[in-house]
Amino acid sequence: MTTSNPTGPLPASAPHPNPDDAPFWEAAAEDRLVLPRCTSCGTFIWYPRTFCPECRKIGVDWVEASGRGVVYSFTVTHRGAGPWAEHAPYVIAYVELDEGPRVMTNIVDVDPDRVRIGDRVTAVFQPAGDTKVLRFRPGG
Amino acid sequence: MVHGMTIRGKAYIVGVYEHPGRELPDLNIPQIHAEVASGALADAGLGFGDVDAYLCAGDAPGFGPLSMIEYMGLKCSYVDSTETGGSSYVCHVGHAASAIAAGKCQVALITLAGKPRTGGGQPGAARGPGGPESNFEFSWGLSGPVGGYALAAQRHMHEFGTTSAQLAEIKVAASLHAQHNPNAFLRRPVTVDEVLDSPIVSSPLHRQDCCVVTDGGGALVVVSPEVARDLPRRGAKILGHGEAPKHTDNGRIDLTHTGAVWSGPRALEEAGISLGDIDYVSIYDSFTITVLMTLEDLGFCEKGRGGDFVRDGTLVAPHGKLPFNTDGGGLCNNHPANRGGMTKVLEAVRQLRGEAHPAVQVPDCTIAMAHGTGGNLATRMGSATLVLGTEDA
Repeated sequence: MTTSNPTGPLPASAPHPNPDDAPFWEAAAEDRLVLPRCTSCGTFIWYPRTFCPECRKIGVDWVEASGRGVVYSFTVTHRGAGPWAEHAPYVIAYVELDEGPRVMTNIVDVDPDRVRIGDRVTAVFQPAGDTKVLRFRPGG
Repeated sequence: MVHGMTIRGKAYIVGVYEHPGRELPDLNIPQIHAEVASGALADAGLGFGDVDAYLCAGDAPGFGPLSMIEYMGLKCSYVDSTETGGSSYVCHVGHAASAIAAGKCQVALITLAGKPRTGGGQPGAARGPGGPESNFEFSWGLSGPVGGYALAAQRHMHEFGTTSAQLAEIKVAASLHAQHNPNAFLRRPVTVDEVLDSPIVSSPLHRQDCCVVTDGGGALVVVSPEVARDLPRRGAKILGHGEAPKHTDNGRIDLTHTGAVWSGPRALEEAGISLGDIDYVSIYDSFTITVLMTLEDLGFCEKGRGGDFVRDGTLVAPHGKLPFNTDGGGLCNNHPANRGGMTKVLEAVRQLRGEAHPAVQVPDCTIAMAHGTGGNLATRMGSATLVLGTEDA
């Protein structure tokens, strides 16, 4: 089977955790997906931050998420830049988490030609600097 | 909108200039800004000493407007550096008209310049590092903006059955126009099959679904009715303007709509016209999908029916149902600084003046629309719509 990472794991830029998103990265380093949920109105917030764009209050709880979702859209990139060049073709996608938010990511461990909108996918964490980034593989 | 507080007829675009170059290795970016400023002021019959307002966006080097006002020796009572990517310059026209209507200034100069083709240029700030969202968008191998537009195209195809052949019709129409533009970067007409046979860059978008990468620039001069009255050349009357940033809405990303759903109606309401009154449209065409979704969102066809709408030469000047981008657009003519809003306004003014190439001049062109798109399609983006008319419109 052709996979999207014939030359090893996709590159990953090291994130720069900051006071808005540090708990996300601490959990990701342990292969756990946590989402910020507004302490006031209970809405999940994406991208992770401590300000709720729904009720405009400050303050969140970090909640363990399922790590499962479906592909909302995807593109098979045939021309990567820099360290990505040797990994083309690879899949960039938006995954709709079962908790609601649609997040930008890669679909890995998959034949790029077989990815479809609506596919069920499961979180996989891959090293990036001192933490890991959230990607997805088929299944779940 | 508050009644009485409109820009309708309060300002005119009286000078336009598009740099003829598409590869400018021997000029720096400030020089290009100054050249296009000179050109637009000469077109208007004005000089640098007449300018009392300056507007620019993120392509302006150094300290932006402060650096360029100094470089050109301007004396300004009004400055605006609104930065919404490629839509910025369409916003600027509305902002200049608002400032003129409020009595803040009389002669506003707007410039754009960049060198993405031969280097030394800013790539555009649509997805810069350091944003609060950056940690969640930088690790996925996006190579320029094409990936984000491809994601939107894929979703549009999924929801509405849009096809690559339908998207290709947009490129074909642009190429038919570009053959008449001696300055166009790509002048050869192409067929649907040629677009489909070009390599996939980021599925479902082919190489020929993408705009050109060119050096260059453009400038506009916007003035009060009192100034316009005494000038030798006719200008374009500003009838209405609308703008609307769109964002990811707390993870409820909707890849099938752009901010044009809001900016378009605002511009039409201010202009006091309906879509059926429009003789010509400039639609930002960074990619073919940008045009298709914008046409739907502006209301020229039902959402999801853009693929049918663009078939059968709808967009082809001069006799299509809705002639568009008669300079060849960003897809074939020019996309200076990777920002297409400026060239959209330039060609709309040419059409209203009757100065488009005779082969693509829309007969009796009285009302034109120019629409700009900036940033990442449907996710974090700027949209701006301008309605222009002839002087007696």
